Amino acid sequence: MTQEKLLGWKELPLGGAILEPGNSETRYTGDWRTFKPVIEQDKCTRCLRCWIVCPEPAIYIIDQPYTTKSGRQFKFSVEVNYNYCKGCGMCVEECEPKAIDWVEEEK
Amino acid sequence: MMAKPFFRTVYDVPREEYLAPGHGLCAGCTAGTIVKLLLKVAGPNTIVVNATGCVEVSTTPFPYTSWKVPWIHVAFENAAAVASGIESALKALKAKGVIDPSKRINIIALAGDGGTYDIGFQALSGMLERGHKVMYVLYDNEAYMNTGIQRSGGTPVYAWTTTTPVGKILKGKIQQKKPIAEIVAAHKIPYVATANPGYFTDMMNKFKKGLEVNGPSFIHVIQPCTTGWKFDPRYGIVLARLATETALWINWEEEEGQFRVTVSVPRRKHVRHYFELQGRFSHLTEEEIEAIQKEVDLEVDKINKLVGRTVIGPLVE
Amino acid sequence: METVLKVTWKRLPLSSNFAIAQAVKDADVDVVSAYPITPQTTVVERISEFIANGELKAEMIHVESEHSAMSAAIGASAFGARAFTATASQGLELMHELLHIASGLRLPIVMSVAARALSAPISIWGDYTDVMNTRDTSWVTLIASTAQEAYDSIIQAYKIAEDPRVFLPVMVAYDGYAMSHTYEPVYVSEKADAFKDYIPKNSQWYTLNPEKPITMGSIANPDWYYEFKYQQVVAMKNAYDVVREADEEYGKRYERKYGIIEEDGVEGSDITFVTYGGIFGTLKEGVEELRKKGEKIGLARIRLYRPFPSEDIAKLAEKTKALVVLDRAITFGVGISGPVAREIISSLYSRGIEKYVYSFIIGIGQRTVTEKDIAAIYEKVKDMYVSHEMQKESIYWGVRE
Repeated sequence: MTQEKLLGWKELPLGGAILEPGNSETRYTGDWRTFKPVIEQDKCTRCLRCWIVCPEPAIYIIDQPYTTKSGRQFKFSVEVNYNYCKGCGMCVEECEPKAIDWVEEEK
Repeated sequence: MMAKPFFRTVYDVPREEYLAPGHGLCAGCTAGTIVKLLLKVAGPNTIVVNATGCVEVSTTPFPYTSWKVPWIHVAFENAAAVASGIESALKALKAKGVIDPSKRINIIALAGDGGTYDIGFQALSGMLERGHKVMYVLYDNEAYMNTGIQRSGGTPVYAWTTTTPVGKILKGKIQQKKPIAEIVAAHKIPYVATANPGYFTDMMNKFKKGLEVNGPSFIHVIQPCTTGWKFDPRYGIVLARLATETALWINWEEEEGQFRVTVSVPRRKHVRHYFELQGRFSHLTEEEIEAIQKEVDLEVDKINKLVGRTVIGPLVE
Repeated sequence: METVLKVTWKRLPLSSNFAIAQAVKDADVDVVSAYPITPQTTVVERISEFIANGELKAEMIHVESEHSAMSAAIGASAFGARAFTATASQGLELMHELLHIASGLRLPIVMSVAARALSAPISIWGDYTDVMNTRDTSWVTLIASTAQEAYDSIIQAYKIAEDPRVFLPVMVAYDGYAMSHTYEPVYVSEKADAFKDYIPKNSQWYTLNPEKPITMGSIANPDWYYEFKYQQVVAMKNAYDVVREADEEYGKRYERKYGIIEEDGVEGSDITFVTYGGIFGTLKEGVEELRKKGEKIGLARIRLYRPFPSEDIAKLAEKTKALVVLDRAITFGVGISGPVAREIISSLYSRGIEKYVYSFIIGIGQRTVTEKDIAAIYEKVKDMYVSHEMQKESIYWGVRE
């Protein structure tokens, strides 16, 4: 934020109002992470449990068909948006088929 | 008979997100989970009044907001009163034809335990008594987490907080947790429920019902706090579930005076499983754990009697 | 004023409280939230009657405290409704936190305050300590001195508050009891909603609307907070002109106006009394007696407390030799402890105007002030002035040893 030009009082909305809904998505929180969840699309059963629990939200449903090596077909996939994932690991813990790997971030 | 639940599986949950990422809640904060799912239920025609607290400060640091619905913060103790004003304004402007009378706008007051059990209690009680059509959602992390983990009326007995430290003489909180949902139910409002993000369809169905009743509703949600309860952030939802599996947290609802347990627990776990994962209880002695277990057993008996059958089963592990 | 909506008036015997209730009805307020407190209560009782009889279409929120009264008014205003509340004394104190928030959120709420002394010891009687305590809350503050003015000021208050140059809440204060409960003839509109072209409803301020979702009441770190407070500084400055314009336009349309400072016989006077509120009536009568004896005395009543009309005070001071300020409030722990006296001294000093300003504290907890007191204060001040006596401490008039 310090790199941005700070607006003066005339330019700012009155009373601290924020007029652009959801604009926090321009602020990435991915750098909070030390470990990251990596979804193994082949093991993933698309139960969406991770998508439900992710508190950011940083897990999204992508409308991309996927066929596993064993031939199982899914109409969609689940992916982590690493711009936002803070690396809490709740998705890893909640994943019943153990399809989310917990990988240390490279520094 | 009970209506069919609206959210039966995960596939009934809408994809639209009304909480944007980029907020500053702690990694693994289950309040994020709760609020995100709350907004999925409520949808875009919703106004949120947020009491001072973790969610408020973490989601709206000027010039950034994580809210995609209209949102207001006024103060700590008055979310219910502000929501009352909004609801009355909506009614007045509909009556005057300024707003289409058929337009439906959900009004949600969102507050933590401090803003509900303690400082916001009076405004809450007033709102309930006056019968405003507002859904009040309490996310209960059992202490003043935003100011640095001080004890509240919602803090459970023995819990360590920064103002109930574990010392040589006093060890954690001395008093019991205030039974807030029961107190709210005593106001005889149309809908009161306790909920748990570990049982998300149950929780979301309660949000849905709360928004649909004609009058005030109150949803009390347990919200494990990685920072204040001192557990590995990955265990937030595990702990939430454990609270129910041990019957320390019973998911119930009271709809027009009818009490129901909505999540039955056939085989109950010992409370130690819940305590073991949390640093705030690490000082508990065997005797203290057993004392709490006895209290839970009594509460379970009481609930089963109230319901008229065994909804919470025996202790098995 | 091409198409002026004609207002037909009826003359009613009304207390200031009832006059205010009448104005709330005539301003077509949408939401009223209030909690009973003496001596305000009959305002909301009368509003409740208007609503119960269908004369005012509004939602009345019977809140459980003044804190919630202001909170609910904030909610209603933030939704775009025209909101009103009324209070006094302890109620105003309980609201204090929200007074800052209402102005900080830039919400055009209007509130009437039947000025009353503060506890402890508890006193249900009038003085202005409650109102003066709101000095730093960024509320535009008008002080009325008659029931008619109370009525007109409430209508004008919406004009001021809802002006985009201002977007600040407005308080209309008047004497608890001496005005709130005494009857005067008041001209009120024959028809409800007669002021809709003077105060049209357009809700131009930021509101909570699902069609255009905004975030109100964000958290501002040190990079931002100061600018939002400065916006309020500017809005308060603007409010001065807006108050004047609102009054001028009201005068043109409805043939009643009050100005910023009401004055009488100040030009060429030796000594000018300055005060505010209903005590002005007593002062006028007292001064009339003295004038008959040939004394050259000016009279002034400050109608606008915030923004403080320093320029008008300076002009006023230029026309007289000394000022006597009668304050019905105490700011403790400072020599000149009349709140308005302090504002006047500071206004003159910063403009290099050297005048004797004498501060008197009167009417605390509604201690009686009569024409005789006015005469005695005048004698005292005359002596001080003649002997070039400066004043380091206010005179606590009438306090027993």
